[in-house]
Amino acid sequence: MSVAVEEVSSQREHGLLRAVVMSQPFWVTIALAIMCAVMGKVSDVFLTDDNFFNVTRNFSFIGILALGMTAVIITRGIDLSVGSIVGVSGIVCAMVLNAGYSWWVGIGAGLLAAVACGFVNGVLVAYMNLSSFIVTLGMFAVARSLAQVLSQNRMIYQFGPDEKLFEEIGGGSILGIANTFIVLLALTIVFMIAFRYTTWGRWVYAIGGNEHAARLTGVPVNRVKLSVYMLSGLMSGICAVLLVGWQGAAINAMGTGYELRAIASSVIGGTDLMGGAGGAYGAFIGAALIEVIRNSLLLAGVDANWEGTFVGLFIVFAVMLSKFRGMRSG
Amino acid sequence: MRLFELRQISKNFGAIQALSNVDLKIDAGEVLGLMGDNGAGKSTLIKIMAGNFPPSGGEIRLKGEKVEFHGPVDARRKGVEVVYQDLALCDNLTAAENVFLGREAKRRFGPFQFIHYAEMFRQAARHFAELKSETRPRDLVKQMSGGQRQAVAIARTRLSNPDIVLMDEPTAAISVRQVAEVLDLIRRLRDQGIAVILISHRMPDVFAVCDHVSVMRRGRVVADKPISQTSPEEVTGLITGAIETA
Repeated sequence: MSVAVEEVSSQREHGLLRAVVMSQPFWVTIALAIMCAVMGKVSDVFLTDDNFFNVTRNFSFIGILALGMTAVIITRGIDLSVGSIVGVSGIVCAMVLNAGYSWWVGIGAGLLAAVACGFVNGVLVAYMNLSSFIVTLGMFAVARSLAQVLSQNRMIYQFGPDEKLFEEIGGGSILGIANTFIVLLALTIVFMIAFRYTTWGRWVYAIGGNEHAARLTGVPVNRVKLSVYMLSGLMSGICAVLLVGWQGAAINAMGTGYELRAIASSVIGGTDLMGGAGGAYGAFIGAALIEVIRNSLLLAGVDANWEGTFVGLFIVFAVMLSKFRGMRSG
Repeated sequence: MRLFELRQISKNFGAIQALSNVDLKIDAGEVLGLMGDNGAGKSTLIKIMAGNFPPSGGEIRLKGEKVEFHGPVDARRKGVEVVYQDLALCDNLTAAENVFLGREAKRRFGPFQFIHYAEMFRQAARHFAELKSETRPRDLVKQMSGGQRQAVAIARTRLSNPDIVLMDEPTAAISVRQVAEVLDLIRRLRDQGIAVILISHRMPDVFAVCDHVSVMRRGRVVADKPISQTSPEEVTGLITGAIETA
C-alpha cells in the first residue's frame, strides 16, 4: 500500500512538455515565428541586420517595463504610472548630467527618482491598503506633472562632461547587438530566476493566488507588495536612462503611452490580470510581438495609425485565449 | 501535566461578551471535538488559540507553562498549527509549494539563496505517504479533490512537528468519500502523538474520531465529556439548550 502511495507521489499531472505546449508564451512565440517567416518572404528589408537591430532595440524599452509590470500584475495589482515615471526619471537624469555631474551620478539620480515614485505607490497600496489602480493612476498624473515642472517644458540635450559615454550606454551596441537589448536579455534572465527560484518569487505568486492564505502562513505580504512596486519603478528608471541616452535628448513627454504597451506585453505573454500567473519570458515575447507587428505594418506600407488597432486586437485575443484554456483545465 | 490547557478564557468585543470563563484541556494523542451552534463562540476561541488575537482574560498553558501568542506565526512557532476552514491554499501553486509556503527549503549558492525544489518535493512526498494520501507534490492544488486539498493543508502542519493541530470544520464542504479520508488523516495525526482539536458541526464525524467532546453555548462551555459517556442526542440537546449542562 505504502509503495503504491509513494509511486503516485512521484508522478506529475502533466509532463513538462505538455506544460510548455499548454502555455501562452509558447503560442505567442509560434505566432511571432510565423509572422517573421511571412515578413521575411514578403519584405526584402525585414530580415536584414539593420532591421533586426532596430526592432530589438525598440522593443527593449517596453520589454524592460513589462518585466516590472509582470511582477506587479502577478500580485493582482496594476501599475499605470510607469510611463510617467519614465518621464520624470529621464528629466531628473538629464538635469543632473546637464548640471555637470558624471555619468553614474546622473544615472543614479534617475534611478533613485524612479524608485522613489515606486516606493510611494507601494506604501499606499501595501500598507494603506488602497487600490493599485487608483494609486498608480494618481502617480501617473503626478509624475508627468513633476517632469513638466522640473523641465519647465524645455528639451535637455547637453549632458555634461560624460555626454559621449552616457549616449553610448543607451544608444550603442556590442558585437552588433543594441545595448538596450543586452540589458533586456540580462534582466529577463534575472527575473526568470527570481520568479522561479527565490522565496520572493514564490511569495509574489502566492499573494496573487490567495493573499489571505499567504498572510496566514507567514509570508510578509506587505513587504513583498511594496517590493514589486519599487521594482516596477526601478525598471521604469532603467528604461528612462537608456531612452534618454539613445535619443540624445530628454523631453517631459517621454514614455507617454508606455504603460499601456507594457501592460499589453505582459497580458499577451500570458500574465493573468486576476493575479497568480505569468512570467518573465512572457513579458519579453509579448513585447517582441507588439514591436514586430508595428515594424511589419511599417514595412508593408500600411498607415502607422493602424498599429493601435492591431495591438488592441492582440490583447483581446490573448485574454480570450487564456480564458479558453482556463475553461478546459478548470 | 496537561499538554494544552485554557483556563478561564474570556473575550469581549466592546460590550459584547463573546467568551466567558472557558476551560479546555487536551493531552497528547487525544482528539477533542469542539461543538456548538453558530455564534456559540467557537470561531472566537479558535482565533485565540491560533494567536489571531489575545484573550481579554484568562491564560493559555502549553506543557504546564503560561504562553502568549503574538500572531499566528508566533503560535505556530510555539507548537500550535491550524488547518483553516478555507484551508488557506494557493490554487496556482503546487502541493509541495503550498506545504512549504512561508518556510521554503533553500539552498545557498555564494551570496544567494535559491529554493530547493528537490528537497521540498521529497519531504512533501514523505508527509503525504505518512498520511497515506495519494497526493502528488508536483501537482497544482487547483486540480485537486477536496480530500487531497485537506491532505495538503494537513501536511503543512507536519513541517514543524507541532504539539497541537486545530482543525476548523475540515469536513464541512466535501463529499462523503472524502470525509472518510479526512477522518483517517485525523487518526494518523493522533497516532503520531499529536493533540487534535476538531471544530465541527457534523455529529457523525465527531463521534467517529473524537475521544472527548466539549460543547459550547453562548460563549460558555456547557459540557466536557468522554465520547463514550455521551450520545448524539445528548450533545444535540446541549447545543440547542434543551439540556442546560452535563
